Amino acid sequence: MSMAPLLSVDQLNVTFRQGGQETHAVRDVSFAIAAGETLALVGESGSGKSVTALSVLRLLDQGSARITGAIRFAGRNHPEGQDLVGGSEAVLRGVRGNDITMVFQEPMTSLNPLHSIERQIGEILEIHKGIDGEAARQTIITLLEEVGIVDPQSRLDAFPHQLSGGQRQRVMIAMALANEPQLLIADEPTTALDVTVQAQILALLKDIQTKRGMAMLFITHDLGIVRKIADRVAVMQGGEIVETGAVGPLFAHPRHPYTQKLLAAEPGGAPLPVADDAPVVIEAQNVKVWFEIKKGLLRKVVGHVKAVDGVSILIREGETLGLVGESGSGKSTLGLALLRLIDCEGPVLYLGQRIDGLDASRMRPMRKNMQVVFQDPYGSLSPRLSVADIVAEGLTVLERKLDLLETREIVAQALIDVGLDPLGMDRYPHEFSGGQRQRIAIARAIALQPRFVVLDEPTSALDMSVQAQIVGLLRDIQAKHRMAFLFISHDLKVVRALASRIAVMRQGKVVEEGLASQMLAAPQSAYTRALFAAAFEHDVRPIDRDA
Amino acid sequence: MSGPVRLAPPLPQQGFFKLSPINARRLGNFKANRRGYWSFWIFAALFVLSLGAELIANDRPIYVRYKGEHLFPVVVTYPEEKFGGFLAVTDYRDPVIVDEIAQNGFAIWPMVRFAPNTINLDLAVPAPAPPTYLLKDSQCRPVAEKRGGKGCADLEWNWLGTDDGGRDVFARVLYGFRISVLFGLALAGISSVVGIAAGAVQGYFGGRIDLYMQRFIEIWSAIPTLYLLMILSNFFAPSFFTLLFILLLFSWVSLVHVVRAEFLRTRNFDYVRAAKALGLSDFTIMHKHVLPNAMVATLTFLPFVLNGSITTLTSLDFLGFGLPPGTASLGELLLQGKSNLNAPWLGLTGFLVIALMLSLLIFIGEAVRDAFDPRKTFQ
Repeated sequence: MSMAPLLSVDQLNVTFRQGGQETHAVRDVSFAIAAGETLALVGESGSGKSVTALSVLRLLDQGSARITGAIRFAGRNHPEGQDLVGGSEAVLRGVRGNDITMVFQEPMTSLNPLHSIERQIGEILEIHKGIDGEAARQTIITLLEEVGIVDPQSRLDAFPHQLSGGQRQRVMIAMALANEPQLLIADEPTTALDVTVQAQILALLKDIQTKRGMAMLFITHDLGIVRKIADRVAVMQGGEIVETGAVGPLFAHPRHPYTQKLLAAEPGGAPLPVADDAPVVIEAQNVKVWFEIKKGLLRKVVGHVKAVDGVSILIREGETLGLVGESGSGKSTLGLALLRLIDCEGPVLYLGQRIDGLDASRMRPMRKNMQVVFQDPYGSLSPRLSVADIVAEGLTVLERKLDLLETREIVAQALIDVGLDPLGMDRYPHEFSGGQRQRIAIARAIALQPRFVVLDEPTSALDMSVQAQIVGLLRDIQAKHRMAFLFISHDLKVVRALASRIAVMRQGKVVEEGLASQMLAAPQSAYTRALFAAAFEHDVRPIDRDA
Repeated sequence: MSGPVRLAPPLPQQGFFKLSPINARRLGNFKANRRGYWSFWIFAALFVLSLGAELIANDRPIYVRYKGEHLFPVVVTYPEEKFGGFLAVTDYRDPVIVDEIAQNGFAIWPMVRFAPNTINLDLAVPAPAPPTYLLKDSQCRPVAEKRGGKGCADLEWNWLGTDDGGRDVFARVLYGFRISVLFGLALAGISSVVGIAAGAVQGYFGGRIDLYMQRFIEIWSAIPTLYLLMILSNFFAPSFFTLLFILLLFSWVSLVHVVRAEFLRTRNFDYVRAAKALGLSDFTIMHKHVLPNAMVATLTFLPFVLNGSITTLTSLDFLGFGLPPGTASLGELLLQGKSNLNAPWLGLTGFLVIALMLSLLIFIGEAVRDAFDPRKTFQ
């Protein structure tokens, strides 16, 4: 590269000081971004990606973070290069939101909920460019058009909560683009979005970047996205960049073992075969979960939110049904309804016996046969109980009372089943990593030897390599105990590795259902095709959005 | 059991009581707040001492050796007949009895020989009398000579003076402190239990129960407690327990909102859902999973609720609607201080004791709040 890079980071070190302890979050990180180039920063959670990005604009808490090294930015306002580490706060303010802008992961919390869209974007224009009134209004409309917001005039007065997640992220991007930045830092901008929206946002970013010739620092943990959007990639592990290079060669021939591990970490393998005559464990026939919408003084029912609207599914012993769909499609609600954790209409049969009419006390003996594992391994384990207490919790509802030593044996067996050392059973959840915690949650579910387990996004809060381990673990458990799984996920790669049949849900209804192998090869409905394209290739396919 | 091979590790060594890491950290935080930690120990020492008030200030000896008998007047009421008198209850301060015991054995007295209701008959000046060490020997001489002494040093000292009934202020403060703290603890304790139960039910079940109970609490807490107490005290003779009951009727609402909010928040956590899926009963889930979260908020509030309870009792006593007349109480001491402005030791003592007690409790409360604050870190 003959030209001087737009941004060059040299020997960047970031340490955090808390409670007398120092944590070295970033060590000797060096990279450069040329104008118009996209560099992807990849790594698992805790690898220091976000800290690196935040320290470029010095957005870390000044009190606890110490930044050393050099960050030089050679933008249009600083052709000779401006040092961002030693620069004054006034210089930094001039750079932030003007030359370098950021887009964050969570679009709901990065927009002020009390300001309209016009005001949010207008504020930046006023601060940095000094334009307001009608001129600002026109600029805002142009910006909103550019980021693909339909009918921007009517959207100017909208508040963040009136927009969908994808639209909010578009507004965030519009805000970032308002001052024609030369570098856009995107910190996991699509992670909180549904796959189809994710694909749209990626396409939008790519498109804008090409049109404007803007450089981009793209932070992600998803290698699929890197492949799609980046020119070069830097792989981070434990605060250090272990490998960097152009995307094509690096993906084809990863040199560092960590990169190789990351690339191999995508959940693989095939689901277990299921006999056609295996007994049906759980069956739902035209199940509905409607929530009433009440209005007025007398709380009259004026309508219903049809969370689950007439869904029929059945799962056989030893089989995994993958339930996929975007957020709000009713997947989790259906899972909870099958477990009778929320009320539903329509027959639910467990081993041929209707359970939808049972009250809480008659349902209690059935509970040990049907279990659930939740998404967030941090929220699903009570922080005040030891692992042994957590796993043994369900054993107290058995008919036969167990003594303490028997209970501990069962707990130990369950922990071994999920690949944990039973010696750790007297420790507390906070001493375990996210993946280990999810194993504990699985151990709790299988300790009772249930016939049916609902897995509600059990891998989506975990890093890629841990996801692969959990998927392998679930498959082993299923092979050993012949349990029936309902696997709820929006991540089709994980579903593909685990589910022998797939049901696609959209707006409370099952759009398509069938054998996984057939559906993946030839999806029937347009929605499924769009979903699969977005998930596997990050491509945007048209779907009827009007419904 | 799954065969001869034991998979589970042996049970961990358990100490006197097991402290989970969170609680260990909280204890550390509590100790790190030096002022609160010291306040806790000072308050605990004062409270324990006041529990044994009968052994510190009493008009009966702790132990009497009389004609070869072991007698414990502090706990056993002996008729005066035993010492050759005729009263139903022995007056051990009677010079005749004192002589009788001295001749036939000995007596071990508490540090202060006044019970809160003992009237000092040997006052050098008319009641309310100032602390004895403030008196001049010339003032003490007439009384001292009756006893064969010369000056104030030969009298029984009232360290903090006497009130307008000639009763020892130190003894009254000691017993008053005890009854204040006991009343406060009882009121705070019982109203917490009721409040937590009510808040738990509201927050956990929500919906209609929550709606109706909230409205009830709003109406209930709008009743002016003080006026009601004044009216009720015309019907009942107020005693420790009737007062406790009446105040309880209104004080239980103070914790409901906190506990309810905490239950509303926690009931949607995944671990509560998981517990439901495991088939645990509502009571078990509330008790095991939700309550520990609510306890943080409750324990943080408790020292302040305790303070409020003590202040309520003191103010009722001050207004004359409190404990039965004659009971040693801090509010009554303040009232005497107000009506006897010429005897500043009454008001000052009452003020200082109440100020010390409330300050200690506030410091403890602050330390407890720090201890439960997850963001607070001490070096």
